[in-house]
Amino acid sequence: MQRLFEFLYQYRAFFLFIFLEVVCSWLIVNYNRYQSAAFFNSSNALSGSIMAGTTATADYFRLGQVNQHLADENAQLRKQLLSTETKVMVVSDSSAIEKADSITRNQYTFYPAKVVNNSVRRYNNFLTLNKGLSDGIEVGMGVISAEGVVGKVRAVSEHYATVTSILHTNMSISARLQSSNTLCTVKWDGLDPTEAQVLYVPRHLKPQMGDTVSTSGFNAIYPESTPLGIITDIELGDSDAFYTITISLSTDFYTLSYVYVVKNHLLNERDSLETLSTVQDEE
Amino acid sequence: MKSRDYITQIMSFVVFITIQLLFTRNMVIYGVAFNYIYVGFLLLLPFDTSRLLLLALGFTTGIFLDIFYDSLGIHAASAVAIMFVRPWWINIITPRGGYDDSPAPLLNQMGFQWFSTYAFPLIVIHHACLFYIEVGGGTHFWFSLTKVIFSSAFTFATLVILQYLFFEKRRRML
Repeated sequence: MQRLFEFLYQYRAFFLFIFLEVVCSWLIVNYNRYQSAAFFNSSNALSGSIMAGTTATADYFRLGQVNQHLADENAQLRKQLLSTETKVMVVSDSSAIEKADSITRNQYTFYPAKVVNNSVRRYNNFLTLNKGLSDGIEVGMGVISAEGVVGKVRAVSEHYATVTSILHTNMSISARLQSSNTLCTVKWDGLDPTEAQVLYVPRHLKPQMGDTVSTSGFNAIYPESTPLGIITDIELGDSDAFYTITISLSTDFYTLSYVYVVKNHLLNERDSLETLSTVQDEE
Repeated sequence: MKSRDYITQIMSFVVFITIQLLFTRNMVIYGVAFNYIYVGFLLLLPFDTSRLLLLALGFTTGIFLDIFYDSLGIHAASAVAIMFVRPWWINIITPRGGYDDSPAPLLNQMGFQWFSTYAFPLIVIHHACLFYIEVGGGTHFWFSLTKVIFSSAFTFATLVILQYLFFEKRRRML
């Protein structure tokens, strides 16, 4: 027994090394699998406030760019507003339409938030936002920008939220090709932060260059038809079952500074209905 | 270590972590050269730091960085790895006179040649662990290798420049 202790003591550095590496591996595996508590990531109070501070300084150097983005967005919204006004005039007053309209209109709440930390160059990228639990942000909500989809909330603390960006290799988003309504999946391959891949488009279809890829209605966390990107490259090998499609992402992650966190008020209703029907099927 | 040395090391930790988080966190050249200057703190620890303390410091520093990088465990694993290799590597490259008159592996005490032999391989090991754990194995092998090479060079250059700028030329520590 004493020999054993002596042995352990003699190689204590080696055993501590092994122990720490095992702890690290456990952390790496677990952290990637589960949505964790808000302490060990960038949404905790300390790192959140440090990053908010640095961004506050860095922001002065890109005010022009941010203003340009906001002005573009305003123009876009004005255009949409005009087109809805015309529509409203055409349908005039029909209470059924109005009721349906009010449900869909109030289905989503958008919380504006500022990006205080963002990375695009790593293999798994995250963003940190300056809004948290106290502002109504919850884990699992979608995050979009004026241009398109940004990501999904991964962890929240009182005042900050960590978002898994679509530039994360484990993130896949249910999407559809705008022109043909084909369902597909958008996933990032870890290389170029301006591009992503579209998977599972079967070979009997004819996707077009320049077609828009947007979120599908099956995706309950983003509003339907939020743009993801535009097709820039289509490949089809002789023996492939699916196309290899590259899109250029509509969100510019390099300059991202303001985003909207989306709350879907009908999400619970939809989820419970879907679970219910699965249970009945099994019975 | 004397208590004055502890204070020096705590200051060194604060300085390197501050540089890492405020300046070099988003500094990426051409998408391949990342800067992880915080390893400087671990590499410049005194020679007489015990192996257990080295490992513990490596782990703590790594976890601290991971919180900011949202990569829990990856920096810690890499930092622990180089802290395990460090005493062994220092033994192998002992200069003729031994380490008697220099308390820490600093550039101004050991000379550029010894310092680069000491620091560069350890930085490469750290960055290799980091980038290969990040992609989860061998996918994008060559791209990751490019990142390892350029990032190591970048980190090493920064570490050398920092020491030329801020460390005294005397053959005494700080």
